[in-house]
Amino acid sequence: MRDVCAAAESVFRRESGRILASLIRISGSFDRAEEALQEAFASALASWPQKGTPQNPAAWIMTAAHRKLIDAARREQTRIEKHDSLRYETEIACAPCHSGAESAAMHFPDDRLRLIFTCCHPALSLEARIALTLRMLGGLSTPQIAKAFLLPEATLAQRLVRAKRKIQEARIPYETPPPERLPERLAAVQAVIYLIFNEGYAAASGTELVRHELCGEAIRLGRLLCQLLPHQAENLGLLALMLLQHSRRDARMAQGELVTLEEQDRSLWDRSAIVEGLGLLEAALRLGPVGPYQLQAAIAALHAQASKPEQTDWVQIAALYEKLANLHPSPVVSLNHAVALAMSGRMEEGLRRIDELARGDALNRYHLLYAARADLLRRLRRYEEAADAYRRALELAGNHIEIAFLKRRLRQVLTPGA
Amino acid sequence: MRYMMLIYSAESREALAPEESLKLRAAHRKAMREAASKGVLRAAEPLAPSSTATTVRVLDGNVLVTDGPFAETKEQLAGYYIIECDNLDHAIDWASRIPASCKGGEGCVEIRPLPGVPALSQAESNAGSFER
Repeated sequence: MRDVCAAAESVFRRESGRILASLIRISGSFDRAEEALQEAFASALASWPQKGTPQNPAAWIMTAAHRKLIDAARREQTRIEKHDSLRYETEIACAPCHSGAESAAMHFPDDRLRLIFTCCHPALSLEARIALTLRMLGGLSTPQIAKAFLLPEATLAQRLVRAKRKIQEARIPYETPPPERLPERLAAVQAVIYLIFNEGYAAASGTELVRHELCGEAIRLGRLLCQLLPHQAENLGLLALMLLQHSRRDARMAQGELVTLEEQDRSLWDRSAIVEGLGLLEAALRLGPVGPYQLQAAIAALHAQASKPEQTDWVQIAALYEKLANLHPSPVVSLNHAVALAMSGRMEEGLRRIDELARGDALNRYHLLYAARADLLRRLRRYEEAADAYRRALELAGNHIEIAFLKRRLRQVLTPGA
Repeated sequence: MRYMMLIYSAESREALAPEESLKLRAAHRKAMREAASKGVLRAAEPLAPSSTATTVRVLDGNVLVTDGPFAETKEQLAGYYIIECDNLDHAIDWASRIPASCKGGEGCVEIRPLPGVPALSQAESNAGSFER
């Protein structure tokens, strides 16, 4: 019995996204599809212990869920015939259920690409896109997602209900966008996945475990996107970027404190993730055209390839940030570019650029700008100026892990000899 | 599904320059002709400026009339289209062809589906609530 449950659980976790995607296409409704999947899963738990686990559990669940949909549509039809006046709200739901059910279920097509594009449709709010993508295509439950985003479960559930209602009522299509719209819509999907990753990566509180899970989910979604659209270089670039960043997860924190890239124990880096990330990046660059995820992945790759901090190729990193700034101008990218220039030996130029950014509106309250400035001054042994910059960064920093780090650094520059 | 495209644009005090006004009208006519030739245009009309608006509220049976639009915002409802589309993506395509930047300011188009008037339920028709 326990084995059967485990088998069903694992099918559910692994295949539910794919089954759900097809059920939504067939039924034209997220709610009906979810309901049918739940019922089919319950049937599996009831039937498998007696009859044994089927050879192809996913196809079994798909077939069962499809039957549930047909049953539900028939019940609906009867209801409509009794109350003709309700027809207007149910006609869509019943229409597609007449197609060959059982035969199609065994080799059902992969509808997850449509599902991703619908979940990440720009007509939905960004929060809704994130929640829906995680819920429909990820393996996380509503409570798990709520916990990861530090939200009450009811808030997240409400967000999902509203998003599904908008999809239904405004008729957001369940389709892969046409070629002329693909680039912008794919960029929206990539942005959602990377946001999920960053939410997990910026581990700010004690829920670290769930947040690691969020990174894992983002990587899984990135893999799925590569599998579904393998000839899009930025899909590969995004997955490479996430793998390379995630490879440092075990080295980033020590005793609850942030460890900078420079101070990290590089033997803790996940070699297999690095190797995979480098391979993907290479494939992406061969495929082209180059895009922001590939450039960021290339920067992460240069860090990953340096076995000691001193071996970091800062000249190359600065060049990549410059390219990134040209492609996607942003003050944060300019800040990173300035730091990379300073680290590559052009210290004065880097500092000058940071000071220019500090005078602008976009970053003058951004704590990492002052932290970066302080760090460069520390390297120049201009300790008093460094201390001032650390103090300014401390005034603006929000999360306690960063505050602890900045305080430690401030102590170091106040007593440089120690 | 019919979608209503509500055109919101900033109203400026001065009238539009004649050549700009002509250009704008031509752009609307082009959008309408395109939609009409595809057989999807259901309606399209401009609204008189919000300075002509009157707002009516009924409070405890008293009719309360006030001058001006429902909300005083920089952008005001300036006109609408009703277009028949298969789905929201098609509606977005049409909306992007509607000139929204009326009278100089920036504008935008809000898309709202028109689900139709719900049919009378059993309870409602028994009560005859609509006829009374």
